[in-house]
Amino acid sequence: MTVPVLSVRNLEVEFLTRRSTLRAINGVSFDIAKGEVLGVVGESGAGKSVTGLAVIGLIDPPGRIAGGEIYLSGTRIDHLPTEEIRRIRGKRIGMIFQDPLTSLNPLYRVGDQIVETIRTHMNLTETAARKRAIDLLAEVGIPAPEKRIDAYPHEFSGGMRQRVVIALAICAEPELIIADEPTTALDVSVQAQIISLIKRLGRDHGTAVMLVTHDMGVIAETSDRVAVMYSGRIAEIGPVQDVVQNPLHPYAKGLMGAIPTLAGEEKRLVQIPGSMPRLSAIPPGCSFNPRCAFAFDRCRVERPEPLKQGSHAVACHLYDPAPNEAAKETAA
Amino acid sequence: MLAFTLRRAIQAIGVMIAVGVIAFSMFRFAGDPVNQIVSLDTPAAEREAVRKSLGLDDPVPVQFARYFGNAVQFKFGVSYQFRQPVSNLLMERMPATLELAACATVLAMVFGILMGVYSALRRDTILTKFFQAVSLIGISLPTFLIGILLIYLFSVTLGWLPSFGRGDVVRIGWWTTGLLTLSGLKALIMPSITLGLFQMTLIMRLVRAEMLEVLRTDYIRFARARGLTTRAIHFGHALKNTLVPVITVAGLQFGSVIAFAIITETVFQWPGMGLLFVQAVQNVDIPIMAAYLLMVSLIFVTINLVVDILYTIVDPRLRSTISRPA
Repeated sequence: MTVPVLSVRNLEVEFLTRRSTLRAINGVSFDIAKGEVLGVVGESGAGKSVTGLAVIGLIDPPGRIAGGEIYLSGTRIDHLPTEEIRRIRGKRIGMIFQDPLTSLNPLYRVGDQIVETIRTHMNLTETAARKRAIDLLAEVGIPAPEKRIDAYPHEFSGGMRQRVVIALAICAEPELIIADEPTTALDVSVQAQIISLIKRLGRDHGTAVMLVTHDMGVIAETSDRVAVMYSGRIAEIGPVQDVVQNPLHPYAKGLMGAIPTLAGEEKRLVQIPGSMPRLSAIPPGCSFNPRCAFAFDRCRVERPEPLKQGSHAVACHLYDPAPNEAAKETAA
Repeated sequence: MLAFTLRRAIQAIGVMIAVGVIAFSMFRFAGDPVNQIVSLDTPAAEREAVRKSLGLDDPVPVQFARYFGNAVQFKFGVSYQFRQPVSNLLMERMPATLELAACATVLAMVFGILMGVYSALRRDTILTKFFQAVSLIGISLPTFLIGILLIYLFSVTLGWLPSFGRGDVVRIGWWTTGLLTLSGLKALIMPSITLGLFQMTLIMRLVRAEMLEVLRTDYIRFARARGLTTRAIHFGHALKNTLVPVITVAGLQFGSVIAFAIITETVFQWPGMGLLFVQAVQNVDIPIMAAYLLMVSLIFVTINLVVDILYTIVDPRLRSTISRPA
């Protein structure tokens, strides 16, 4: 078996506040193989973006990685000193942020920003780096790159700027790209272009992609596998077709039920009652239990661990074939 | 770009005309100028002759046109107290004020930016707390008090620095400079600190606030995600964005440094335009006061213009909105 590009084990991220310690990520584990696209979905505050930032080592104080391990192609990277993780950022892991309008420094030409990044990570001369920058801009689909390279960010449209951001993320041939809501700030027609661009780049370069979004449509189009996050944990993870068509976790079922289809059935969309708990008030047991129609006593006491169910893994007591006797007793 | 500069220049001329009206009206509101020139027992006929010779019997608009026309040619009439052309007096005094203001501004910019950047990047160190305390003092203590305290400490108690004057000056053409002699430089230290301290603390606080703001932006986060070195992020990306508003404030402050040099010049008996102005006020020497008003506003207007143009050089976004106005 080949080593996965990214392997996250029992990741825990905490934010220290004056009153208490909030646990934003609580025991998240997943792998991404070479060339694979993993979609990460969930509501706002589920911990999707924080997971991405933790992988690239950009959790700022008061946040910190409190536990677990992160491996990049087999090497552990979560406890590296600042300078070493800095060398990995941009070189081995590229990142794309949500808002292309604010991701680029407005006072520098886009070419200078790309050349700067290339020269930080690769031993190239100014001229060679500039040539590479032009090639990159061409690759991400910027017309007349040899001219546009000397333009300033404000001279590009939103979609074009996101292409520049992608060029910046891939400029040192990273093994992994973390795309944090890359299409959320774009309009729908541009979204499709950016998605297919990310997909194509991942395929052409064999890059693993972690695609963070709250848009199931984007996931269904792009990803090979999907992880559904809820309240800092992975509720369900599996191949995208299976999870979309046959979700197991009640929360995933709710999410999939909330996707409108064009098939024309005049069914009302399913709505999940309530909202995700705040980090300061996560209920004991399964954090989804107050909103879950199938919750039983065990759900209010014991936290479910991910269980293998065919191609999926699901963190739900409903799928535990041998209900834990001890838990039943405490529940009673 | 040229059209923009021209438009701004025309606006500046408008401002100068308005100031000219105010300066001119000072002559009329501060009593009859003839009384200030002649002695108490001058006969009426002679007064009339003086009035006529000065053109004070012409209609007001004609007088204003004449005054403004002369002012444009740098002629501001004759000082009542010195009996010399005001323009000569100003020219004589200007180098002292400009040198003082320039030194104070350079001091304020260099230390203000350094301290601001440091205190933004190292938020919780003792040095940062010290800078903040200094800036509080700089903002709240009045200029004359700082000047007097410095004189007490370094001139009276320690005897290191001269307490007044410019020291020896060297004449280069019409310009006199104190920068080339040791005594001139020594004389410059305390006045520059006194004059520049307020600006320095202002710039420090501005740089710190702007820098903290910029460090929170998405493009700084993205720059970090690109793996750039901390130095490139702080001093390349963050500092350049910080400097846009700092340029405006520092530029406009240069105008106030010149204008408010009055106090510092008085404390240190610095032979500049400010001291001349204070003496003029004490002696109701209106030509000097009016000329000073015009000079200071000319400096302000010019600086404003320069800052506007500098702005477009630093920020490319402004450049394109200016070249194709919406």
